[in-house]
Parts: sequence; C-alpha cells; structure tokens
Amino acid sequence: MRLRTILWKELLLRKSRMISGLLAITLGIAVIVGIQSVSDVSKRAVAIKLDNLGSNILVLPQAASVDDYYSADIDAPTFPEDYVERLATSMLPSVDNLSPKLTRRVKVGGVPIILTGILPASELASKPIWQSAGLAGDELALACGTSPEIKEGPSYVDEKLQRKAIDTLAPTEILVGSVAAERLRLSDGGTVLIEGRQFQVARVLPTTGTIDDSRVYAHLHVVQELLGTGPQVSAIEIMGCCAAISDGLLGKLRNILPDTRIVTIGQIVSTQIETNRLMAKVSVILLVLIAMIGSISIANYMWANVEERRREIGTFLTLGATRGSIYRLFFAKAVILGLLGGICGYVLGTASAMVLGPQLARLSVEPVPIYLLWSLGIAVAIALLGSWYPTYRATRLDPASILQEV
Amino acid sequence: MYVLESADKAYTSRRGTVHALRSVSLEIPKGSCVTITGPSGSGKTTLLLTLGGLIRPTSGRVLFHSVDLGGLSDARLAQYRNQKIGFVLQTFNLVPYLSALENVMVPMMFMHRSKNGLAGRARDLLGRLGLGDRADHLPRELSVGQQQRVAIARALGNDPEVILADEPTGNLDPRLATEVLDTLRELNEKDGRTVIMVTHSPEAARIGNRKLHLVEGTCQDGALPGTVAV
Ligand SMILES: Nc1ncnc2c1ncn2[C@@H]1O[C@H](COP(=O)(O)OP(=O)(O)O)[C@@H](O)[C@H]1O
Ligand SMILES: [Mg+2]
Repeated sequence: MRLRTILWKELLLRKSRMISGLLAITLGIAVIVGIQSVSDVSKRAVAIKLDNLGSNILVLPQAASVDDYYSADIDAPTFPEDYVERLATSMLPSVDNLSPKLTRRVKVGGVPIILTGILPASELASKPIWQSAGLAGDELALACGTSPEIKEGPSYVDEKLQRKAIDTLAPTEILVGSVAAERLRLSDGGTVLIEGRQFQVARVLPTTGTIDDSRVYAHLHVVQELLGTGPQVSAIEIMGCCAAISDGLLGKLRNILPDTRIVTIGQIVSTQIETNRLMAKVSVILLVLIAMIGSISIANYMWANVEERRREIGTFLTLGATRGSIYRLFFAKAVILGLLGGICGYVLGTASAMVLGPQLARLSVEPVPIYLLWSLGIAVAIALLGSWYPTYRATRLDPASILQEV
Repeated sequence: MYVLESADKAYTSRRGTVHALRSVSLEIPKGSCVTITGPSGSGKTTLLLTLGGLIRPTSGRVLFHSVDLGGLSDARLAQYRNQKIGFVLQTFNLVPYLSALENVMVPMMFMHRSKNGLAGRARDLLGRLGLGDRADHLPRELSVGQQQRVAIARALGNDPEVILADEPTGNLDPRLATEVLDTLRELNEKDGRTVIMVTHSPEAARIGNRKLHLVEGTCQDGALPGTVAV
C-alpha cells in the first residue's frame, strides 16, 4: 500500500461530492476550450479570405473612388511612382510586397480590356492564386498565406529578385486574364497589338472570379510609355500581414504618404475580425472568472474534505505521518482533481464547439490537441490554488486534541 | 526507559487554563506493564499522549532512553511515534475506507521507503490476532472486538518497544475486554514490550505490575510489592 492507495480509495468513497466540487472547473474549462476552438477556426477563415483576396492594402490617389477594392485602381488619377520607394525605404515592418500598378481601360481591336502595368516580381508575389499556377518561383514564396507573421518574401528594394522577375516578363510580353483572353481569342504564345505595339502572350492566367480576369498585364514602364503618363502609378498594392493591419499599420502608412487614400479589404472581413477580437476578450475575462470560481469551489470541497477527515488525519499523524506526507496526500488529490476537471472540460468544450460551431458560426471545428495540455495545466493550477489553505490547515491539525475529542 | 521530571501540562484556552498534569515525576523501566487509573478528567490521556510524543509538556522533561522528547523536532517526534510506539485507542480510529490489512499497513507505510513485504507482514500480524480470514474486510464489516484487534495489529506494525493503550476495553463487553487484556499481557510478557494502559476498570488494572493513580493531574504511584522501585 502506498499513499496513492489511500488517495484513490478516499476519492472513490466520496465520489458525488467530488464531482460537484469539480463542476465549476469542468464547466469553466469547457467554455474556454469551446470559445477558443471556434475562434481559432474563425481566425483561420479570416486569414484565408485575406489570402485569397491577394494584396490587402491599397494605396490610391486621394481622389480615387473606393467602392470596389478590386476596380479601385481603374482609371483612377495617378501619383508618382517614387511613392513606392518611399514605402520601401520606410522600413515599416510587416509590409512585404509592394506592387505598383498603372491601370487604364483601353480597346484592343474594338474589345474593351483593362490594361494594367505591373512590376512583375512584386505583383506576382502578392497574388497567391497565381502562384498555384506556377508563375511565381520559390523565391517569391508568399509570406501571408501560410503563416501570417513571417516577414519574408521579395520586396521592392531587392535588386536581385526584381531583376529576375523583370526578366520573366519582358517588355514585349503580357499576362492575360482569362476573360480578356477569351474575348481577344488569345492563348499562350499568341501575339496581339495594344496601343500600336506588338506583345506576345507569356501566359493566360487562371480564372480568379474577380475583375482581374479582364485585365491584361504588361510591364509597368512599358504601359507608362504607351499611355504617356510618365513615371506615375494609379495604385500600390501592399501585402500587409494580416495581424499587422490591426496594429495600426494603416495609420503609419498614412503618415508616410499623407496625400493618398489607403484602404483595405478589411471591410469585407471586419465583422469577423471584430467577433474574433470580442471572443478573445471574453475568453480572458472568463478565464479570470473561472479561475476564481473554480478555486473557490475546490477550496470549499477541500475544506469540507479536511473537516470530515479530521479524525483520519489525526490518526495518520499519531501513527507517524509527517506533515510532509499530509501535504503530499492533499496536493496529490488536488492534482488528480485538476487533471480530471481538465480532461472533462476539454472533452466537453471541444464536443460543444464541434456541435455548435457549424450551427452558430457556419464553421466546422476540429479538436485542438494542444488545448488539452492547456486545460490540464490551468485546471491543475486552479485546483492547487483552491487546495492550498485547506491543506495547510490539515497539516496544522493537532493529533492530541483530535484524540481527546469524543 | 521513561523518566519524567516534574512534567507539567497546562491547556490554555479562552475559557481559562486547565492544569492536566502537575509536576509528575516517575520512572518506567523497560518491560514493565503499567496501568494508569483515575477519575475522568484527572489527566490520564494527557499523561499517555505525553509519553507518546503527541503532547509536549508545558514544563519539566520527558526522557525516553535519556532523550528529551520535548527537544525533538516535529519530524523526529513523528518518527519516534512511528517506530517506538504502538497506539491502541478507545475509539480504534481505523480508516473507514481501508481494509483491515491496509489499516495494519498504515504505520509501516510511513516508515518504509520500500513497500515490498509489508503486506505479508501485515497479514502475519492479523493472523496472530486471529483475523487471518478478515484481512480484506472493511472496518464496518467487522465486529467491535475484531476492530480493536485490527487496531492492536496496526500498533504492532513497526515492532514497537512500547504499547500505549488508552482505555482499550472501554467500548468492549467483558468477554471481548478479557481477550484484549490477554493480548496486551502477552505482548508484555512474551514479547517483552513495555505496555502502558489507561483504564477505568479495576479489573483491567489488574494486569499491571505497576499501578499509577492520577488525581487532578497528580500522580500517585501504587507500585506492587516486588516490582522494581523507582
Ligand atoms: N485539548 C484540550 N484543551 C483544553 N483542555 C483539555 C484538552 N484536553 C484535555 N483537557 C482538559 O484536561 C484535563 C485532563 O484531561 P484528560 O487527560 O483527557 O483526562 P482523562 O483522560 O483522565 O479523562 C481535563 O480537565 C480536560 O478537560
Ligand atoms: Mg481520557
């Protein structure tokens, strides 16, 4: 027999009281795990949306209309191209890909298209959907897509990448959106005359389902020359990493380029971001409440437990138990209660999230194993906290006066 | 073995101070069988628990093999109780959710790091007390007489030098009481353990070869003729 025999037998002896003592911790952990699991999925959904939409910040001239994020650059007034340089040298963190564009509606053989001048490396890197078509090399691997916080990938000042990308889109080459290709009856390698100049189709782009499909992309400097605008651009797309947007990145950008208009696709996902932020806050508040209620309820249970075991503890002390063994007995019990509460809470919370997530938030929720560790850790900490004083009292019991009691 | 030098014990509470022991001086040689009698409230239990290292005297000294128990740390006293003393109490104090066997193992468990062989030893002790077939029963499944014998087996767990018994027959009918007294006498005579027993009953007190009588915390030594004088 060991101390743990005593521990287990006693636990099983008073099951129902133990279960009610654990209820607060279990439910508390369940609520937190549930909220966290749902908000995780929700955050991921936001990230995916941002990612699929490509660049998520648009720098436009002050006078541009911003009704539609995707067509905002079309026929907009222009601003100098060296704004790109200003941004690139500002050393703002989280600004990964700067992609200047000059866009005009033009007619090609009577068919209206949108001619967009781009600097290829940066433009490609900020369009993940194109990457899947194999247009962007490994060097252009996208920062935001897989892990929103990693700040890698090409930037405008990276000479090597820029040159390489410019090499891939020669001044005589164009990339053609799928809708434009259809209208112009173009395919890979075909040629077309735009504004009096002959271009070769480097690639027909895969369908994106946005107005980008109607675009024909040529080299920015070629387009500037064709349209006679000089070194002007109508927009700069910026891949500002998702979390950075909420950290005031927009304000910083506005400081650098005060005479521009800076918009995000945030509008589209802002409600969801709001909800996520709210859930995160609620989680923290709940955690504090649960730590309090859970430890009070455990303290209550442990206190009663010590009271009803006075004679037993007195007997142990009489028979030679040290105060250390009494501490061990009760703290081990607290740890077991914590583990039990943590496991039950995790299971309950995950199960409710999986059932309710699809119904309430149209999100399908998967179990998050790491939350099991968190649940166990938090529940054990709460149980130990609640058991501290009752256990201390147990070790201070005087066996002699307990034996004198009748 | 035991030497008490004007041991005093006063309980101080809000209701005032009670002098449970007043300047008790006595010597108990190894191997004696001592009975302590006296009216209720005269300090018998207090004296026994003082010998057992559960109460530190307010003043005076309690020496066990020349070691002053009052000078030992809590941990040392726990060790002393665990290894030198076997307690037999009026209310048995068995742990309700542990089997007879496990109850006997409790003091062993506090003594031994290695838990091997403890169960075998506990079983032997239960067998010696005629409870070999009751090892796996819970206390409430045993009669009071059996419960007290489990408590005695538990007291013998660490092969103690001293048995301290506080009214061990108080809750038993006469036949069972005689059984328990016989057992205690055997522990004294056969095993050579020092037995110190508090009792109400003059019957029970008869097993002692040394009789102490307490009145209001003062000890009167009624040593039988022929016993080694103090
Ligand atoms: N823990 C205690 N606090 C205060 N007074 C006590 C305590 N234990 C015993 N006493 C008092 O000390 C006296 C002796 O008690 P006790 O040793 O139990 O006597 P006995 O065992 O002879 O009946 C009694 O008056 C009792 O009320
Ligand atoms: Mg008494």
